[in-house]
Amino acid sequence: MKLPLSWLAEYVTLPKKVSLDQIVEGFVKVGFEVEGVENPADNIQGALVIGQVVSIEELTEFKKPIRYVALNCGEKSLRYIVCGATNFKEKDFVVVAMPGAVLPGGFSIAVRETYGKTSNGMICSARELGLGDDQSGIMVLDPKNAKPGADAKAILGVDDPVIDIAVNPDRGYAMSIRGAARELAMALNLEFKDVNSKALISKLEKKKKSGKPIPALISDPSGASRIYLRSLVDVDPLRPTPEWMAHRLVQCGMRSISLAVDITNYVMLELGQPLHAFDAAKIQGSLRVQRAAKYKEFVTLDNVKRKLNSEDLVIADDKKVLALAGTMGGLDSEVSEFTAGIALEAAHFTPMAVAQNSRRHILSSEASRRFERGVDPDLAETASARAALLLIELSGAKYIGTSKKTTAIKNRTASFSTSQISELLGCSYTDKEVQLALTKIGCKLRKSGKKWIASIPSWRPDLNNMPDFAEEVARYFGYQRIPSVLPNVKPAKSGISGLTPMQQRKRGMALQLAARGLVEVHNYPFVSAKQMELFAFTGDRAKTFRIANPMSEEMPFLRTHLTPGLLATAARNLARGEKSIALFETGLVFRNTEKLTPAGDIPTAKKPTAAQVKKIYESVPKQAVHIAGVIAGDFEQAGWWGSGRSAEWTDALNVVSELISSTGNRFTVHNVELAPWHPGRCAEFQVNGKAVAHAGEIHPRIVSELALPHRTVAFALVMDALPFTEPVKAVPVVTLPAAIQDISLFVPQEVSAQQVKEALVQGAGELLESIQLFDRYQKPGEKQVSLAFTMVFRASDRTLTSNEVSALRTAAGEQAVKSCRAVLRT
Amino acid sequence: MNQEIEAIKNQALAAIDQATSLDELKEVKIAHVGDRSPIARANQSLGQAPSEQRAELGKLIGTARSTINQRFDARERFLVAERDSRVLLEERVDVTLPTARRPVGALHPLTILSHEISDLFVGLGYTVQEGPELESSWLNFDALNIPADHPARTMQDTFFIEPVDSGLVMRTHTSPVQVRTMLENEPPIYVICPGRTYRADELDATHTPVFNQVEGLVVDKGITMAHLKGTLDHFAAKIFGPDVTTRIRPSFFPFTEPSAEVDFFYNGRWVEWGGCGMVNPKVLQACGINSEVYSGFAFGMGLERTLMVRHGITDMHDIVEGDVRFSRQFGLGTR
Repeated sequence: MKLPLSWLAEYVTLPKKVSLDQIVEGFVKVGFEVEGVENPADNIQGALVIGQVVSIEELTEFKKPIRYVALNCGEKSLRYIVCGATNFKEKDFVVVAMPGAVLPGGFSIAVRETYGKTSNGMICSARELGLGDDQSGIMVLDPKNAKPGADAKAILGVDDPVIDIAVNPDRGYAMSIRGAARELAMALNLEFKDVNSKALISKLEKKKKSGKPIPALISDPSGASRIYLRSLVDVDPLRPTPEWMAHRLVQCGMRSISLAVDITNYVMLELGQPLHAFDAAKIQGSLRVQRAAKYKEFVTLDNVKRKLNSEDLVIADDKKVLALAGTMGGLDSEVSEFTAGIALEAAHFTPMAVAQNSRRHILSSEASRRFERGVDPDLAETASARAALLLIELSGAKYIGTSKKTTAIKNRTASFSTSQISELLGCSYTDKEVQLALTKIGCKLRKSGKKWIASIPSWRPDLNNMPDFAEEVARYFGYQRIPSVLPNVKPAKSGISGLTPMQQRKRGMALQLAARGLVEVHNYPFVSAKQMELFAFTGDRAKTFRIANPMSEEMPFLRTHLTPGLLATAARNLARGEKSIALFETGLVFRNTEKLTPAGDIPTAKKPTAAQVKKIYESVPKQAVHIAGVIAGDFEQAGWWGSGRSAEWTDALNVVSELISSTGNRFTVHNVELAPWHPGRCAEFQVNGKAVAHAGEIHPRIVSELALPHRTVAFALVMDALPFTEPVKAVPVVTLPAAIQDISLFVPQEVSAQQVKEALVQGAGELLESIQLFDRYQKPGEKQVSLAFTMVFRASDRTLTSNEVSALRTAAGEQAVKSCRAVLRT
Repeated sequence: MNQEIEAIKNQALAAIDQATSLDELKEVKIAHVGDRSPIARANQSLGQAPSEQRAELGKLIGTARSTINQRFDARERFLVAERDSRVLLEERVDVTLPTARRPVGALHPLTILSHEISDLFVGLGYTVQEGPELESSWLNFDALNIPADHPARTMQDTFFIEPVDSGLVMRTHTSPVQVRTMLENEPPIYVICPGRTYRADELDATHTPVFNQVEGLVVDKGITMAHLKGTLDHFAAKIFGPDVTTRIRPSFFPFTEPSAEVDFFYNGRWVEWGGCGMVNPKVLQACGINSEVYSGFAFGMGLERTLMVRHGITDMHDIVEGDVRFSRQFGLGTR
């Protein structure tokens, strides 16, 4: 909300000693962020004076009209200026920028030779002065206040700071000069000068002429609680908007349109009540507030044909829709240069009804923004009287009466005590202080025992219960009065203290990967159809969610896997000059695999039932925590020591092995075919027979499409698929000597090393302490593989004899022969 | 004979002392210590000596031999040590050569900050709560006193999930985690909720559609706005330094009443940090907490903003793009 200081000063007494900075601080103190303060005068240097046009010489030898103008600028002699605009005539008063002046945008004015004449300054347009966007030409001033040679800044209101405050949705009343002035008065302890409603209304009634006002009705009381329809006749549609009014509209960020429209906007800005002026001649029968119902279409004054929803709240006559209530007027009933009669409508629409209008038609207007936030229901009568008086005064209209439908405004009250307020704020306030603060905002208070009964002002729908009043008290005395105290934290009933095992796991795994040389990234979880296709996800990982209103239509899907984002970020780093890259990410993935039922409307007035909570929870898909990484290029760098070592599938598998082992889980590894990995080079890690992770080489097709280094590898682990292990049961360390035995065997190539190892372990029995594969060889073209293991045997109670050990080795080998079709090498 | 042995011994000792290298010492050993050395030969000829002298002579030879051996061992140890020190010196390397074969890893600074904040609140006795990012609009809005047509919903440009009547949104704040916590737990509640949040803002130097928040929620008997201020002061001092001051000023959030914005004074200016307030009784009610018995406060800050201010980061792109040069500056976050 833009607030010209001069206008504010009409509603709050501003002594000279109150500086602009203090005003800004005052607004901030009571909860209005100041988004900016602008004063056009700050952008104008040098003299700006009023000149009267004495004579105009048209220079016709040029391609465009050029005038050589003589002006009386209150100087001894006339001042001559060359000008390209033609919208002024002799005797008009204009604004002259004298040589030496600097206008907004650093535009310097100097004496200069142009079009064969000497130009001694410039005749200004509103735009050149930073006073708005009016491009109709030179500013022609109202002769009433103009005096040649006078300082034009004062008359133009150029030297008038405009304070732009942000109004929060609960403070609709402050979307007006009057409401903001009330807040400022409260913040700085100044006098608030309210509008005198009674005087305005009676002044208007005294001017009433005979005539038949247009009837007004409310057909749907759920949409509006009151309407005032004031009828005026004999409007002179050609009267211009006075300069001061047009200027203030521009200061507030609006445009001057026509006198009648400008008056409705002016009063809205001033008092906060949206108004609408209908061309009375366009209304057939009576005017009523109703739902659109049978009406299907309607053209709003922005010349957009809108399909009406039957629930839209509209203003209609006997035949057609005239306006989208509280949102926008209609093109047909708009006042025009032929309008002679005006029906001035001021209503109080239900915030919800206007919000729905605005939402359905994606149409937010100055009016709808105010109605949504709540307009004082008691304001329609006053504001429409003010606007009618302005119409009478400025357009020569005659007032012939008002049709109204009103329901009584409920006197809302609330009850609370000073001690409740003090207890919530953690700061003591006295009864007197509470009374002072709440009286300032318009409450009427009386005491009933220890409790206050507050009568709530009609413009404060946001005040309901004790905390609302506590905020008002805290605001009045400043939040800085509240002390700073750390609470004594009590333990949770759940028994959880510190980080949960999952939180520790996330941290631990991230630290392990970072310590291994991987850099953590946080990718956006948005993916494109193209990525989904490239990665060739199948099954659960092909089922995604689509965002209805994505940032980019190209990337509307939620990720089902972390690899698309990781590979894209890897490619970005490589494109920026990295030679090799190792990245990881921890995050949620989104898979559309469950049948989800929307929870529907569940009231919030009290705790939902267990069944409702279940419904809400079940409407949300499960989102697993993954940790994944990519290694591309050298995993050991080349250097003075020699060449580097490219990342290979074993690196990815090794990372996963270590991550799983660090949790104390035991796993098995299996060859699987799974996108986006190379079908022959993808490992699935299983814990208790369930897949928990995959690792291996990325499919060469993807690698080449993304221009990644040959044999880029990646891994992905589902953190919440990994069980939490029981506390470790320690095995005592045996210091008796170990016996070491090597065993070599041939197995068919389709038998995995893991299977052979498992067989050896099984055959060797409990005295086997450890086993490790130390050699693997396959002759090119042969279908069998040679494997060699070192087995370490140890007993906890004796030194094993060589006979015992070789028997164990034999038993191990026999098991491998039996279950893996192994042939022992001698 | 005595003098003879004495002479052999002296010759041997002199030869040992004169040997300046292990090779020379090897020759000395053959000449004066080994089986064919004069002292060995003297020993071998002991049998030819008259029997009455034999015992004395044997003792004399034994003593001389032992002296020679000791001197030899000492000399050998000395020469070995001398050789070792010389050779090892020759094996000296240039330890300033680069050694990093493995790439340099790092945590993302947002992760580091999030850990830091979690630790700080865990230290106070809070627990850390997390929840889904794709969330029910009831938990994200309704329960937080933001009904369907409330203008506050338009304050947050929400990503909606298709079909729109699924009631699913990308959470616009981590507050639904607060709601879940209140639905699932009885007070006392002292939690923080860090996590990713979403709003449809274009990525630019100061905005990102995907960002991180940390929210705090306390619900207990006798919780006041002074406790909120105390907690914010403690939080700010731990993150920005002990001299940092905070201020709160009135604001509006549907889920808190009174509501406030919190700013902190840093490097000579007030910086907006986040929103806070006393939990609105309507929110407590929607979560089944008796607002006559319990009160609470809540606050929420953007982690990106906190990070940018504290580390002088001027462009959001650096935080979101995953350029390793950016994150590596922060290492593992240990100091």
